[in-house]
Order: sequence, then C-alpha cells, then structure tokens
Amino acid sequence: MTLIPTQDDHFNARVDLHHLAAMVAEGSRVLDVGCGDGTLLRLLAEKRDADARGIELSQSGVNECVAKGLSVIQGDADSDLVFYPDQSFDYVILSQTLQAMNRPRDVVEHMLRIGRYAIVSFPNFGHWRIRLQLLFSGRMPVTKNLSYSWYETPNIHFCTIDDFTSLCKEIDAKIEHAVALDRFGIPVRTDLPRSLWNFFGEQAVYVLSRERR
Amino acid sequence: MTHPAVPDTGQRNEATHPSSAVVHFGAETPLHLEGGGQLAPWSIAYQTYGQLNAERSNAILICHALTGDQHVANVNPVTGKSGWWDTMVGPGKPFDTNRFFVICSNVLGSCLGTTGPASFNPATQRPYALDFPVVTIRDMVNAQARLMDHLGIETIFCVAGGSMGGMQVLEWAASYPQRVFAAMPIATSAKHSAQNIAFHEVGRQAVMADPEWRKGRYLDEGTRPEKGLAVARMAAHITYLSEQALHRKFGRNFQDRMAPTFSFDADFEVESYLRYQGRSFVERFDANSYLFLTRAMDYFDLAKDHGGSLARAFSGSKTRFCVMSFTSDWLFPTRDSRAIVHALNAAGASVSFVEIETDKGHDAFLLELPDLFNTTRGFIDSAARAKGLTISGVRTS
Repeated sequence: MTLIPTQDDHFNARVDLHHLAAMVAEGSRVLDVGCGDGTLLRLLAEKRDADARGIELSQSGVNECVAKGLSVIQGDADSDLVFYPDQSFDYVILSQTLQAMNRPRDVVEHMLRIGRYAIVSFPNFGHWRIRLQLLFSGRMPVTKNLSYSWYETPNIHFCTIDDFTSLCKEIDAKIEHAVALDRFGIPVRTDLPRSLWNFFGEQAVYVLSRERR
Repeated sequence: MTHPAVPDTGQRNEATHPSSAVVHFGAETPLHLEGGGQLAPWSIAYQTYGQLNAERSNAILICHALTGDQHVANVNPVTGKSGWWDTMVGPGKPFDTNRFFVICSNVLGSCLGTTGPASFNPATQRPYALDFPVVTIRDMVNAQARLMDHLGIETIFCVAGGSMGGMQVLEWAASYPQRVFAAMPIATSAKHSAQNIAFHEVGRQAVMADPEWRKGRYLDEGTRPEKGLAVARMAAHITYLSEQALHRKFGRNFQDRMAPTFSFDADFEVESYLRYQGRSFVERFDANSYLFLTRAMDYFDLAKDHGGSLARAFSGSKTRFCVMSFTSDWLFPTRDSRAIVHALNAAGASVSFVEIETDKGHDAFLLELPDLFNTTRGFIDSAARAKGLTISGVRTS
C-alpha cells in the first residue's frame, strides 16, 4: 500500500491511523477496539499522551501488544463491549474493523455508550473502482486493500459511506466530523457533496457522539 | 526460641528453624484473623533477591502457590533443587533482580518457617496441629502486609503469583489498592470452583483416612501420614496437568516391562510417575499444612467479600493489572481469568489479558514458556516506565 510519508512518520503506520490519532485530544482516555498489533495505541500514547487501551480478538496480536507494554485484553468486540461501563472513555475507536463485526450496529451503539466520542474508520464499498469491478466483471470485488476472496473473507458486513451515514441517522448518532480518504490517504475535498465522497473515497473516518439530555 | 524435642525430619526443621530470614511478631503485635480471633506470637519467613532502592519503590512481591515456598530463586533447603520460579526471577530475567528488589514469603499456614500447624503453640507447649486457626487468603495477605511494613515498603511496585499465589495477588489489589502499583494474577480465579473444592476435599479425606495422621497429632506421636498425603498429592497432580500432556508424556506406555503383569503393580509409566510425585511430596510438606492451605483456597471468593460484585472489589483501583491464563488449564480455566478481566473493565481499571497457548495444563505457569516471559517482561517494563523507576544505584545488566 502506498503511503504519503508524513513528516514525523517514524511509526510507518497506515496513514489512516495518523488521521485517527490527530482527531484525539491530548491526554484523553482511549479504547481501541480491534487494536491489532497495537500500532495506533502506541501512536496515541506517544503522540497524544493518551491513556490508551485496546481489545483484540487474535491471541497473537494481544501477546505482541502486551509484550510491547501496551494495555490490551484478548476479547471479542461483538460480545465483550458490554462489560465496559457507560462513559468510561473519552474516545472509543474502531479502525477498519466495522466490516468484520457480527453486529456492527450494536457495536457502534456500545461505542457511543462507552465513550464520549466514537471514531469509526471503514473501507468504502461505494468507491468507483469497486463499483466498476462488480459492474464489468460481475464478480465480487477484490482490491489491493480488500484482498480476500468472498469465501474466506473475515469482512462480512461491508457498507458504503452513504450506508454508514444513514446508520448514524437511524441510531440517532450525531456526526461531529467526517472525512473520506482517497487511495493515497489524502482527504477528499470536504466541499464536495457526500455522494461524491461515496464515489471517490476509498475509506472514511467518522467521529460520532450521542446528544445527551 | 527453643522448642521441645521434635522428630528430626527435614520439614520439621524448616518449619521451626527455617534457613530463611524470619520476622517474629510478639504477643503485643497479634495478627487478627478473618475467621475471628488472632494469632500471637507469629512469624513470617521470607527470601529476598536484588537491592531495595533508596526510594523503596522497586519492590516486587512474589506470592507462592499451594505447596510452594519462599525459595523462588535459590536452591531449596529441603529438596536441594533449584527455586520454583528461578526461570522468571534473577539477573536479567523477567523479574530482573538487577533492577528490582524481589521478596517472597512463606504463606501463613504453610510449613517452611511462617507460622502454621507444624509450628510450636505456646499455649499448649506442643505443635498446633488442628488447634491452628483456619486461615484465609486475606489472612495470608495481611501477614505479608505486616512484613512489608517491617521492611519499610509502603508501595509495592508489583505483586505477582500463579494459582493460589494469584488469589493472593487479587486479594492484595482489593485489600490494599494504594499499596499495589501493578498486579499480575496468573492462572488463577477470583473464587474457587465447586470442582476445585471437590478435588481438595478428596485430598483432605485421603490425609485424614491415614491411621498415621492420628487426628492431626502425628508430630507429637512421631508418626507421619505419608500414604494419605501421597494419595492427596497424586490426585492433585493430575489436575495440574492436562489430558494432552499426560498422553504426550506417557501414553499407555509400560514401566520397565513389555506386558501387563496382571497385578496392581505400577505397570504403566503414568502410575509410576504419580507414585513418585506422591513419595517426593511427603518428604517436603506437612500434612496438616496441606489441609489448612487447601481450605484457605476453598474459602476464597473475592466477589462475596464485596457484596457479590467482583467489579466492586476493584472499584476506583489505580493498579495496572496483567492477567494471564493458559489454554489447557482446566483447574483455573481461561473463563475464570476472563471473569476477572470483565470485572476490572467494569471497574474502569487498567488491564492487560493474555491467554497463552500450551498443552501443559495448570502447571504451565511454572515452566519456561516464551509467551509467559515476553508478556511479563513487556508488562513489567512498561509499568516501570509509568512509575518513572530509574535504575539509580543499582547495576544494570
């Protein structure tokens, strides 16, 4: 995957992780759901001085994180978010994992319950390349970023930017901020209408909150 | 302190005259017990490794398991074998004695120098035996806290231990949250399960069924309930392993023979192995201590002590936790660790949780497993960074 090198990119992290980290206020309490090898956690701890904790399904990912000194537990977002108390974190982040959830809607609702803000990043299935693949080849799209065949993919719940926007409406989540990134990790111009984001964005990052009365 | 003549067995000597450092608490400083009543005078035997720094902030307390002892990383005076966790504790090891001051004390009720049923009862002028009060995990921890006071250690950098040691870790974190910076409960549970109580009861009944037990008075009468204690150990030892490990190690192999003898000799390797485990255990452990310590584990139920909510036991805790379990441990299965983790999550505590893949069963925590070492190292190092622990005055490796 091609990345635009950022000035302080010593983590060599995926560029969307840098975008995510930039959305987190300094010194926050952050829960990273599906934290993988802990790259974002480290980024948050070292760049944003965050109290960053993670939950990860894969045992090898967890062991790697804890061996690096990160605060991570082995667990399943679909079943284990229920154990976290309301409003116990400033941010709950779900990075490129939404599409692998059994019940993505429930997961997002739990995120909004646990955190003041929920940050969700996901691959956009409405991207023109994917649309064209399906249109012309008539087969399930396989791209560089979504490289699994349909029969072995862990990604069971793809959505488009428009789909996600309408989910937010359905669950009464306020969109605080949203950005679509192109294949180079560069934000799609925000003055363009959302329908064009849905065409040109390879992935999207949403910051959500719930208005509390 | 002098005692009346007692049968000269190795364990008896270590019980009354341990080769460890000992702190004696007199009649004016009794230990108040959870079951009511108090113990006085009482003693606690312990070993230390490494140096306490000037700030007294680099102490690691290791809590030993049921039949463990304070000899973590030195040659055991009873068995002559190396310390039970010398793979984990030592210079450059995960609990690095070049950086940390490591303490391990013999638990209350045991038989290696801390007051227990084999100790001399000043009230009766003979060993306590069953006159010893039934002590709990919390009593053990309170005794350790008194030792920490004596050593001038207010905050312990990390309390770590497996199995019954892990129960003590959890009790430490719940009872003395301010004094525990980091905690590593390994292969343990916040409550002893019905199945585990059942196994313990089998062991105790085996001891008490041995005519040499003499209603607990074997030390006075110069006998030893070796057969009963050996059977207890054999049964317990099975629970420390796993079906896969037993199969891999022994299968149905015969011991020194090609065919069954059609007798009740130890035909199978696994039988011979268990008999050896039983025999070697009775040489180092006091039968009454075994009764008391298994009882302490049975009574452990941390949630019950906090209004039925495990999360409440840890509410407001600033301690950093690292919970570990092993896939093939059926005595303290992963779900028990997960219950601890969920409670810590609910309490908003900082927790890491690693389940380690192994077929070695419960005893895996005593073995050389790379995941166990790497996890411990990573957790300890990051906790040390968070505490701002410098290595001043202490040689680094």
